[in-house]
Amino acid sequence: MAYRQNSGANGSAMALARGLGWFSIGLALAEMLIPRMLTQQMGMEGKEPLLRFYGARELAAGIGILVSDNPGPWLWGRVAGDALDLATLATALNEQNRRKGNVAIALAAVAGVTALDCISAQALGGGANGKGQLVHDYSDRRGMPRPPDEMRGAARTDFTAPRDMRTPDALRPFTSQPTPERTFAEHSRV
Amino acid sequence: MRALCWHGKEDIRCDRVPDPQIEHPRDAIVKVSSTAICGSDLHLYDGFMPGMKSGDIMGHEFMGEVVEVGSENKKLKVGDRVVVPFTIICGECDQCKRGNFSVCERTNRNRDMADKVFGHTTAGLFGYTHLTGGYPGGQAEYVRVPYADVAPIKISKNGLSDEQVLFLSDIFPTGWQAAVQCDIEPTDTVAIWGAGPVGQMTIRSAILLGAKHVIAIDRLPERLSMARAGGAITIDFEEESVIDRLNDLTDGKGPEKCIDAVGLEAHATATIDSMYDRAKQILMLETDRPHVLREIFYVCRPAGTVSMPGVYGGLLDKIPMGMFMNKGLTLRTGQTHVNRWTDDLLHRIEEGQIDPSFVITHKVSLEDGPRMYKTFRDKKDGCVKVVLKT
Ligand SMILES: NC(=O)c1ccc[n+]([C@@H]2O[C@H](COP(=O)([O-])OP(=O)(O)OC[C@H]3O[C@@H](n4cnc5c(N)ncnc54)[C@H](O)[C@@H]3O)[C@@H](O)[C@H]2O)c1
Ligand SMILES: [Zn+2]
Ligand SMILES: [Zn+2]
Repeated sequence: MAYRQNSGANGSAMALARGLGWFSIGLALAEMLIPRMLTQQMGMEGKEPLLRFYGARELAAGIGILVSDNPGPWLWGRVAGDALDLATLATALNEQNRRKGNVAIALAAVAGVTALDCISAQALGGGANGKGQLVHDYSDRRGMPRPPDEMRGAARTDFTAPRDMRTPDALRPFTSQPTPERTFAEHSRV
Repeated sequence: MRALCWHGKEDIRCDRVPDPQIEHPRDAIVKVSSTAICGSDLHLYDGFMPGMKSGDIMGHEFMGEVVEVGSENKKLKVGDRVVVPFTIICGECDQCKRGNFSVCERTNRNRDMADKVFGHTTAGLFGYTHLTGGYPGGQAEYVRVPYADVAPIKISKNGLSDEQVLFLSDIFPTGWQAAVQCDIEPTDTVAIWGAGPVGQMTIRSAILLGAKHVIAIDRLPERLSMARAGGAITIDFEEESVIDRLNDLTDGKGPEKCIDAVGLEAHATATIDSMYDRAKQILMLETDRPHVLREIFYVCRPAGTVSMPGVYGGLLDKIPMGMFMNKGLTLRTGQTHVNRWTDDLLHRIEEGQIDPSFVITHKVSLEDGPRMYKTFRDKKDGCVKVVLKT
């Protein structure tokens, strides 16, 4: 996964994404640690393993959003997860469920979050740095009067590296000739 | 006067603040004509550098006209046109005498704090953290320049534009020192991570210093196009494996000289180590993201040299020192000793050997500064280097 679209992300979209990341982690912890309480509230007893599994999914998405340079794909992952959540909750919205009031509230809440996920994922996806097509071509910005191949080594005639920045003789390439200054300097090579 | 002030993470504002005054007889006041935003400013903007206070004036790349001089300043006159190096130096201490200007022992006025944090103080810097003196910076209409009889570079030759000489304040000497520190041989392959303004200057310096091959690594197409213009072979690290490509280009031996011109905010693709760094940074267990350094230690040729102009702020994690030690690598780094190089580099600009203005992509007014911080940070609109005009 690359983060290149981050370059286009604006601060507020990023802040929303981070918020959703933390939200994911909170929800994940609840689903994984107290699934029984949740299923009871929804009249969905017996669905705890499923909930734990959803919790793991949320956790991955949350971490992904928070640590990645480009949370976009992780947010789309959340949107897919939201769809699953909605479908699962919808199965509990039947006349027999005495807690269907709670289920309706949960459905509304998830729908709200889904909308936020979509907005956030879209905001991060848009305005990306146009990778691939070279919008700003600086191939004419050489900064030197002649082509690099002709400029190569131009400063070697009148510049010597100061002593503290020189490579010790033992680490020099075998073929290189020591500059006169080096030979006369500190120590001679054997 | 107007000045760009830091008010917190991602919060730079163009404020009205009091004009600076001469505080010491060696000072001078400079009326800024041009000033630039540097990659180092981004570390402050993004909140990675400790020791900032709300209201601090930003900026350490600036030039202009001397409008007032202290009574003991024998070097400058009102009306002089000067470029001011970002390192404030006394010119007299042990380190300055050796040319180690960026670790001048005297100019950091928050020396006690620096002694505690770094073990020993380093030089005072303009527009940077209070760890380096907290001196008000140059993204302003006027700046007080302390020790102004030492570092400022007088531009007396006519016909040189601000844009041509402004970068003597920082990025040109920085790129130059990055290359010089590698002590380039005509047989060397020099690999440079980061094709930002510092990387661009480094590429040209490495060419002038005679590197056989210069390789630039980045992910932004426009910066890579500028790198190729300067003579570099380019690698897009999002599209291909940096390690494989570097080994291919060097007969499997790795580059002799590797330069980190990225620093602590390195990006990485979906590698385990980058996810790890992000997570640790969020949890505040690590301050910097040393992805590039890891890559360099891994790919550098044994007995090679690593030059690190890229800035690091604090604590790094999982640095493969075993690799570094066993390969017998040499590491050279530091804030740039700007004045060591400026006479020579000004001469090269005057001679026309190089024209550093090639790197400027945006020229705007000081008021537009806050917006440009964001554009530059997000690498939008093809932004490589921003110059602010007052
Ligand atoms: N030593 C000094 O005195 C000194 C002076 C000036 C700047 N600096 C430092 O030099 C660094 C670069 O400055 P700049 O102005 O060019 O900044 P910049 O932010 O414009 O450039 C950094 C470049 O590195 C690229 N990059 C990010 N991750 C990378 C990776 N994994 N591999 C390769 N490239 C990657 C980015 O795409 C960007 O183009 C900063 O850390 C800055 O603080 C040091
Ligand atoms: Zn700088
Ligand atoms: Zn000194």
